[in-house]
Amino acid sequence: MVTETRAIDAPHRGLVQTFVRFREIGLIAFIVVLAFFVTLRNPVFLTFNNLRDIVLNISILVIVALAQAMVIITRGIDLSVGSTIGLSAMMVSFMIAAMPELSPWLMLPLGMLIGAILGSFNGTLIALGRVPPIIATLGTLSIYRGLIFLYSGTKSTINAYEMPPAFRQIAKGAPLGIPNLILFAVAVAVIVFLFLRYTRVGRDIYTVGSNPDAARFAGIPLQRTLFLVYLISGLLCGLAGVLWASRFESAQNNTALGFELQTVAAAVVGGVSTLGGSGRVIGVVLGAFLLGVINNALTLIQISPFWQQAAQGLLILLAVIVDATISGRLQRMIGGRS
Amino acid sequence: MSASMPVFVMQEVSKAFGGVQALQNVHCEIYSGEVHAILGENGAGKSTLIKIMTGVYQPDSGSMQLEGRPVVFNNTREAQEHGIVAIYQEPSLFPDLDIAENIFVGRQPVRWGIVDWQRMYADAQALLERLGLKLDPRTKARELSVAQQQIVEIARALSMQAKVLIMDEPTSSLTLGEVEDLFAIVRQLRAAGTAIVFISHRLEELFTLADRVTALRDGRYVATRMMSEVQTSDLIRMMVGRTLDELFPKQMVEPGEVLLEVEGLSLPGTFTDVSFQLRRGEILGMAGLVGAGRTNVARALFGIEPASSGRIRIAGREVRIESPQQAMALGIGYVPEDRKLHGLVLELGIDHNISLPILERFSPRGWINTRSETEAARHSAQQLEVKMASVAQPVGQLSGGNQQKVVLAKWLGTQPQILILDEPTRGIDVGTKAAVHALMSELAAQGMAILMISSELPEVLGMSDRIVVMREGRVAGIFEREGATQELLMAAATGAR
Repeated sequence: MVTETRAIDAPHRGLVQTFVRFREIGLIAFIVVLAFFVTLRNPVFLTFNNLRDIVLNISILVIVALAQAMVIITRGIDLSVGSTIGLSAMMVSFMIAAMPELSPWLMLPLGMLIGAILGSFNGTLIALGRVPPIIATLGTLSIYRGLIFLYSGTKSTINAYEMPPAFRQIAKGAPLGIPNLILFAVAVAVIVFLFLRYTRVGRDIYTVGSNPDAARFAGIPLQRTLFLVYLISGLLCGLAGVLWASRFESAQNNTALGFELQTVAAAVVGGVSTLGGSGRVIGVVLGAFLLGVINNALTLIQISPFWQQAAQGLLILLAVIVDATISGRLQRMIGGRS
Repeated sequence: MSASMPVFVMQEVSKAFGGVQALQNVHCEIYSGEVHAILGENGAGKSTLIKIMTGVYQPDSGSMQLEGRPVVFNNTREAQEHGIVAIYQEPSLFPDLDIAENIFVGRQPVRWGIVDWQRMYADAQALLERLGLKLDPRTKARELSVAQQQIVEIARALSMQAKVLIMDEPTSSLTLGEVEDLFAIVRQLRAAGTAIVFISHRLEELFTLADRVTALRDGRYVATRMMSEVQTSDLIRMMVGRTLDELFPKQMVEPGEVLLEVEGLSLPGTFTDVSFQLRRGEILGMAGLVGAGRTNVARALFGIEPASSGRIRIAGREVRIESPQQAMALGIGYVPEDRKLHGLVLELGIDHNISLPILERFSPRGWINTRSETEAARHSAQQLEVKMASVAQPVGQLSGGNQQKVVLAKWLGTQPQILILDEPTRGIDVGTKAAVHALMSELAAQGMAILMISSELPEVLGMSDRIVVMREGRVAGIFEREGATQELLMAAATGAR
């Protein structure tokens, strides 16, 4: 097999190989084709403003989908992300509304702390209590959502006028010319990439998901890794909650309701295996981007709102199928092993 | 082997699970630079012993010493840090990770907390070269053959500076050639002073490889002997406490008419122009290296991956087999190689596993008559002497040998005329093995035609009336029982002259 790799040393062949080995090639192809047809119907699609809107719209999704992806890589799932975002958004909004003199940037670590606490509760249930992740987080999905109602009481909404303008600038500001929201998403993606690739704990996440039994025999701290992954998921959701409140200038009882499904979709479309053990940051980012493109496209080509949700689901399924087929075919064609 | 101090000693070690005494006052001394075989039937306590050595379990009583100092291992990591590493029966690699990561899992080289991939690949490459494995360390583990996976595990052990390397049935899924390669590596490690604890059900392997042998029976220590001073019969006596009169109880049957005739069967990429005949009452052995296409032929005959050309005749009538349903309707039964993967639904009870292929019989109007289903299953399970708590016990809880009996019961329930057995005794203990062999022999005597794929040459030679040897997808030779020898079959299988 060594000889096989050496035989294709010719530079351009090597390039083609690298390109095709790039797992996300099918996904990119699908996005390109989709973009092509949407542009035919409505040229607005390819304008700078529209593309920026898409990226803005998926920024929070990218952050939470990465959290979800890490959980799925360990063979788990975190259904409580939407509720965690909601609770973080609500608590932070109440605080900044009550104490507008506080630095709004203080809200970021605060939201992350809230999220980390909620996440570590999930982690405790799953790692220590051995509750299956789907059940544990289905429970906390309801509990955390319930806490939002309890916390907000009769005042179920914090509105824009109650928030200091500086707080809104967290997401909306663009001191570097690029909206902060996008910078946050990029920063999280880079950090998660480095974490997963270059730290032992990050590698353990794959190890644990790829073969939990073998991980135990190899002396990997299985429970600790699981706990950590849910804690990180909560932390990122907490961050997302602050960004959400800042971006939409409000916090409501139903903030981020049902968001967990989008995060799972982005991760899975992005090539994170639900069987655990594999998944890449770049894939998840592309997965989230595709969801953003689909949402945007359905509006641009004026699909009836009644159809939109069904069409969205259909396109997601189509993307997964196209991705699997194209990458499979190409890899066989070039002689790479599947 | 030096006369000096043993590197690892277990003294009076006992372990119980619930009410079951798995190990009782077991004693064992391992020296550097020896291959020490541990022998025993399934359930004799070998696995428990290994798991205590490697820190998976903690003994209830007794003590362990490493290089003269008492040690206690609370988990596998502690055992590994002391240089005691095990390679388990089924490779425990991470399929999604590459070779280098599998070798250094949990111990990746880091610089300032950052995983040093370059060094990891370089170190992995060096280890692989030392073991003679020509593979890119960036290859994902799922792309490796079982033999290659095992070598990666050995590389992992080497990277931990193993003083004691425990190998639990490492050869059970290897071909003959791969076994030779593995043994060469083991000998190399032994020469370098590693103590190797070796577990295998294949007694002939122990004679070629092991220096000493310790036998366990029912969780108790039986004896430790020099391999050079014992014979097969001694080993069997140590293991089962009695002599097996015949390892392979083959009844001689006059074969009847040709039942299955295969002519020019081909499936591009897997096998080419395969022809043979199988008679009523005959056991046809099929030998060859793994990857020679034996299993593919079996799968084609059972309609899982049908052949693309060639003829199949059953009792003289030409048939087409394109699905397992058709094969079953034609009276073919297939006991697959990997019973956990293809042969059994581990979560289901013994009864439901047995009735799976014959559910129609119990459901005349679409509703399953569970009482007659359970009764029939109980009957066949008892006939095969499956050791079970109840007939509803999940199959996953049974030992390997008993699982294999359930698979057999399941297919015998379909009353096949032709039974294809793929590695029917892999990884099961001597006692159960003999029971399976006796059963095969009896079925053949009743007129069943049996095609037995096996990588164990003594089994092929001992059980078959005739032997088909395959090599690289083609029939390399057909041998009569008389006159067939290990050397002849090996030569045909490898293409050596």
